[in-house]
Amino acid sequence: MALLNWRKELPLFGAVLGLILILGVGNAAFFSLDNLADLLRNSIVIGIMALGVMVVMASGGIDVSFTAIAIFSAYATTRLLLETGGGESIVLAFVSAAFLGSILGLINALFIAWLRLPTLIVTLGTLSLFRGAMLTFLGSEYITALPNSMVAFSRWDLVTGLTSGGSTYRVPVAFLALPLTAVLVSLLLNRTYWGRGIYAIGGDRESAERAGFATAGLQTFIYCFVGALSALAGMIHVTLGRIANPFDLVGMELNVIAAVVLGGARLTGGYGSVTGTLLGVALIVMINNSLILLGVPSFWQRVVVGLLILIGAGTTVVRGRALRGVRT
Amino acid sequence: MYQDFDQKHIPSELIRIEGVSKSFSGVQALREVSFSIAPGQVHGLVGENGSGKSTLIKILAGVLSPDRGALFFDGQPFRSVSPKRAIRKGIQVIYQDFSLFPNLSVAENIALVSEVARGAWRVDRRRVRELATRGVRLLGVELDLDALVENLPIFQWQLVAIARALVQQARLIIMDEPTTALTRIEVDSLLKVIRSLRDSDIAVLFVSHKLNEVCNVADRLSVLRNGSVVANLDSKPFDPLGVAELMTGRPPGGRTVRDRPDDRRVLLSVSNLARQGAYSDVSFDLQEGEVLGITGLLGSGQTELAMGLSGLLPAETGRIELDGKDAVIDGIQSALDLGIAYVPEDRLREGLFPKHSVLENLLAASVERSCGFLSFIDFQKFKGIATAWVERLSIKTSSLDLPVETLSGGNQQRVVLAKWLSTEPRVLVLNNPTAGVDVGSKTEIHGILQQLAEQGCGIIIVSDDLPELLENCDSIRVMSKSRLSERLTAEATGEDQLYRMLIGEVH
Repeated sequence: MALLNWRKELPLFGAVLGLILILGVGNAAFFSLDNLADLLRNSIVIGIMALGVMVVMASGGIDVSFTAIAIFSAYATTRLLLETGGGESIVLAFVSAAFLGSILGLINALFIAWLRLPTLIVTLGTLSLFRGAMLTFLGSEYITALPNSMVAFSRWDLVTGLTSGGSTYRVPVAFLALPLTAVLVSLLLNRTYWGRGIYAIGGDRESAERAGFATAGLQTFIYCFVGALSALAGMIHVTLGRIANPFDLVGMELNVIAAVVLGGARLTGGYGSVTGTLLGVALIVMINNSLILLGVPSFWQRVVVGLLILIGAGTTVVRGRALRGVRT
Repeated sequence: MYQDFDQKHIPSELIRIEGVSKSFSGVQALREVSFSIAPGQVHGLVGENGSGKSTLIKILAGVLSPDRGALFFDGQPFRSVSPKRAIRKGIQVIYQDFSLFPNLSVAENIALVSEVARGAWRVDRRRVRELATRGVRLLGVELDLDALVENLPIFQWQLVAIARALVQQARLIIMDEPTTALTRIEVDSLLKVIRSLRDSDIAVLFVSHKLNEVCNVADRLSVLRNGSVVANLDSKPFDPLGVAELMTGRPPGGRTVRDRPDDRRVLLSVSNLARQGAYSDVSFDLQEGEVLGITGLLGSGQTELAMGLSGLLPAETGRIELDGKDAVIDGIQSALDLGIAYVPEDRLREGLFPKHSVLENLLAASVERSCGFLSFIDFQKFKGIATAWVERLSIKTSSLDLPVETLSGGNQQRVVLAKWLSTEPRVLVLNNPTAGVDVGSKTEIHGILQQLAEQGCGIIIVSDDLPELLENCDSIRVMSKSRLSERLTAEATGEDQLYRMLIGEVH
């Protein structure tokens, strides 16, 4: 099974390598340590979010509210820590953000799992709702004086050094959250029957119910889980940026969904893998951050992302058709 | 376990249903239903569509709970049934749509349900593999365990579904229309599997509208009509005609005989039609008002030929003449323009827009014809046309606005028929027109086809239901290895002879 998946992701892997080559040949600066560190740093938030979205898409749903959940949770947690003076523990900060995120996810779940409303409609609604509620009730000022623990965490480096050109490069410890999340999601999806149940719902919800899966419970779990992951991503974004800006993150939904779709997940549900998603994230991050090295104007990045989605999704569909023969 | 007496041992009772009633928004689906199923017995359950079979299955599976009445398992009351609890008790349902996960592998599809029922939370891949291997071995077939189910042909879905039931500690396997997607050879091996289940003391509830198969395989038989059990037959042999009468409440129709002058004009003439990998060297004539039957083993090219004539898989070489004039069929639209309509086999996936209304489905193929390109849609006029079709084909629906997926199989098929008939076809090509349709509807659909033929429409029925072909067709041709046999007249051909031709014993 592992082999089969690997083969499926080979074209995507090829695309990532190809893009690396093009970027590297086009501008040697691509391979510089500070650029690579930049890419890693920039992939943390989008990567964690993409893994969450992939889980939702595997279950046959779609979530567009995750950016609002991310910034809501991070902004609220930051304010809470500042006002209660509980800013000494970074663990507490992340845990409370994740808790808040899963509560917001639970609101999605109530509509989706229990009222059985279409996921896109619900999350479009809550995207606006969460963001509006945050700006109305929590405020809309930037917070630049973050709690001490968050500032300390942002300075905690995993790798750091000086390039030959004399500039510093650094990869923060927060980067570890991405591989850890990847391993966690992979274990969940492939090694537990909760995970298999998620794919089962995405394959055929009624069959999943007949098979004895508690589909409503599983869906509740999924949206809470995505909420928690988004909140973590939001906290990392705020921490590394050293600013809690309530206008951040919302707007990058399509970038994240693009990465997940490029990674092999289908909007119709039932498919999606951690490896594929990470490769999709790599593509999107490189396009967004490095195409500029080739002198490609930034508006063109959007064009490239769009083309990639069309090509990526197109090949999946066409190959599936070929496998099944003429009858589609 | 027990001695093999002449008479099968007096069965104890595995599950008993007592006075079960169930209604949906005022419609009584089941009324005081009572019967019991014994271990090691094949219990046949027959009834027309809409008679309550599906509701009864769902109650046994724990998907629905009865409004009134009780279930007993091993003599104990079986309360607050949920799917999970039913599975733990050993009740396995193989649904008509197979309830498989197309996105997962064959192995996982076989093992998943029993692992979940066991309460496992960690995926043990070796165990999954072992279970799947065992299931496939119990069934006595070969399947690629690593293939994704969505890439398998439909009849292998059935095999996966049965293998899945077998690996669970099943004590009662409920099979809902299990033979619909199978060819005769596969049906034979399925019946063999069912008999071997009986020998290992597993009870089978065989739900089907194919009376010959049920009467052949069942030890006991319950007949449902309008939500009530009208008969519990306890011993063999069962007479299919008698059962049909119990089921429908009216005497069954025999062979449809129709006055047909011998030499009528040739309507459609096909010569040396071929398409790489689909059909080759196909030649035949179809007269006005002729009903031509085409049969063959699964994968012999008969479906492809039907799709070829209707423009879905156009021929690459060969000649088609309609009314003596050369005709080109290179797509669905050109076939429709020529007056050739195709009724596909899988009505829910290919023939209908399941979530759309009966009205929209009825008119989907003829909108342009009724109101012209680029003009506004006149819904009042459409309602009139649709109502006329509903009456003409006696489609049972309480409203034109209901989603078509809520109709029973027989009524859905009538909607598909009406949709294509409204294009006023000269030639109607049908692929397994009565698959998954109950006896009553089947007879009526056959009647509609005969009526059309009388009006001069040429009809081609592709089907693996041999009695259906013999009853309805003027001539029959057998397809094997993408080629078409000589013309056989239905009157001069027996079912046995046809069957032997089919499996290649006679040429």
